[in-house]
Amino acid sequence: MGKVKKSPWLLHYDGSSCNGCDIEVLATLTPVYDAERFGVVNTGDPLQADILMITGGINQQNAPVVKQLYDQMPRPKVVVAVGTCACSGGVFRECYNMLGGADSTIPIDIYVPGCAARPESIMDGIMKAVELFQKRSDEHDRYEKEHKGEAGPVDPNINTARDKVRMKEMKGAADV
Amino acid sequence: MGKKSVIPFGPQHPVLPEPIHLDLVVEDERIVEAIPNIGFIHRGLEGLAPDRDFQKYLYVVERTCGICSFGHGLGYVESIEGIMNVEVPERAKYLRVVWAEMARMTSHLMWLGFTADAFGFESLFYEAWRIREKVLDLMEMTTGGRLIYSVLKVGGVLKDITPDMQKKILDDLNEIEKETREMTRTFLDDYSVKTRLVGVGVLTKQQAHDVGACGPMARASGIVCDMRMRGYEAYADLGFEPVVSQDGDSYARCEVRINEIFASIELVRRAFERMPKEGDLAVTVKGNPDGEYFARIEQPRGEAIFYSEGHGKPALDRFRLRTPTFANLQALCETLKGAEYADVPILILTIDPCISCTER
Repeated sequence: MGKVKKSPWLLHYDGSSCNGCDIEVLATLTPVYDAERFGVVNTGDPLQADILMITGGINQQNAPVVKQLYDQMPRPKVVVAVGTCACSGGVFRECYNMLGGADSTIPIDIYVPGCAARPESIMDGIMKAVELFQKRSDEHDRYEKEHKGEAGPVDPNINTARDKVRMKEMKGAADV
Repeated sequence: MGKKSVIPFGPQHPVLPEPIHLDLVVEDERIVEAIPNIGFIHRGLEGLAPDRDFQKYLYVVERTCGICSFGHGLGYVESIEGIMNVEVPERAKYLRVVWAEMARMTSHLMWLGFTADAFGFESLFYEAWRIREKVLDLMEMTTGGRLIYSVLKVGGVLKDITPDMQKKILDDLNEIEKETREMTRTFLDDYSVKTRLVGVGVLTKQQAHDVGACGPMARASGIVCDMRMRGYEAYADLGFEPVVSQDGDSYARCEVRINEIFASIELVRRAFERMPKEGDLAVTVKGNPDGEYFARIEQPRGEAIFYSEGHGKPALDRFRLRTPTFANLQALCETLKGAEYADVPILILTIDPCISCTER
């Protein structure tokens, strides 16, 4: 983990998980594991959040909710998928109401495996997210400085060629 | 008479760890009606039953909910054992009680933390979760998992609690009991906490009966209903007595859950005393389920009903699960009527909502 200039705020949303990962995300933020020492704070407001932690897969009814939350977050932003269900759909992959993992609806940056994901691995995911957020934030600032705040063709959120390809493939993806 | 307006609450809200949507019809600051809208976590796991072997389907049922995971597994294996007339070994019955009661403790401590968070008492929230971690450590030591345990099987249990572990559990329980007593003094005696709980969201005995409330919600309104009185597993030998309170407000519900934590600690101690020192952990189960069975067990949130139907094939034809929060949602809508808008987060939390159980 490099030098972190800002304190990113966390937004947690339960896609359609079994609750296990949600509780572990909260346990990670309480003093026993204390993720707040890395400068992150849990918030309930998507307009102020920088890192979205999504637990559980996506079903028919919550796909628009997840998309809306993602769109409401200001750029730059980082999305962490917590738990096997958010990564791939998990045991519920074959259920009739599931669309799949969280990446079926929004682009995911960091995948945290585990059923339920352990606080230690969630913490690892948070640290990677903080690092990535700092990188994107720097890119964003540099871009704005060079272009004097104009909206350009390059989205600071899209960092790698792989992301660009995935973005094209994704049907009905959020406004990115 | 003010103008009526509708305030949407959820599905994403700071006090809600899980998504539920409520349309609150308000008149000034007072709520006239609450219309719940569920389905944000509906996965349809009951639909998986015909595709899975009945032994393997247990792992799906355990993942109905991460908080009452053990309860769901227990209900499912009971329903299958009921169909197949399996007699579970004595020691396995006691081990199941020990784990079920420890899972109940983690659930209630978690709920106390959430409630403290809902009325803005952050340090109390952290204190409750700190104690909860100690119980989780005991669970991890005995089962290998923090939330999803997977120690059950049809016909018994998979793991044993050794004498060393037993000693450690009993030592730690003393400490947990002492710390919980200290913490719950704040819940029950603190002036500012009382102002947020006493008299808020009263559910009378008649109302609780009419809407079919269950679990701590019903017991706080004076209804003596606890599935553990049925004496399934080893509860019949343990001299179980339900915890009941009469007032029916948020304070009473808090009191019931706190006293249930102590009751659970006592049950674990008694179970270790009366458990046979050695014996089989499981019996071999042969054949496929042919028939149907209703199992009713008491989860941390109330009575859960498991229905299994099989016709001699490896997979069940039908599995149905009715969860306590589904019953208590009606009670929630009842208590929300006439409540202040500022009390909504606490009222939603006092039913101890477990949305992922409800929607499955």
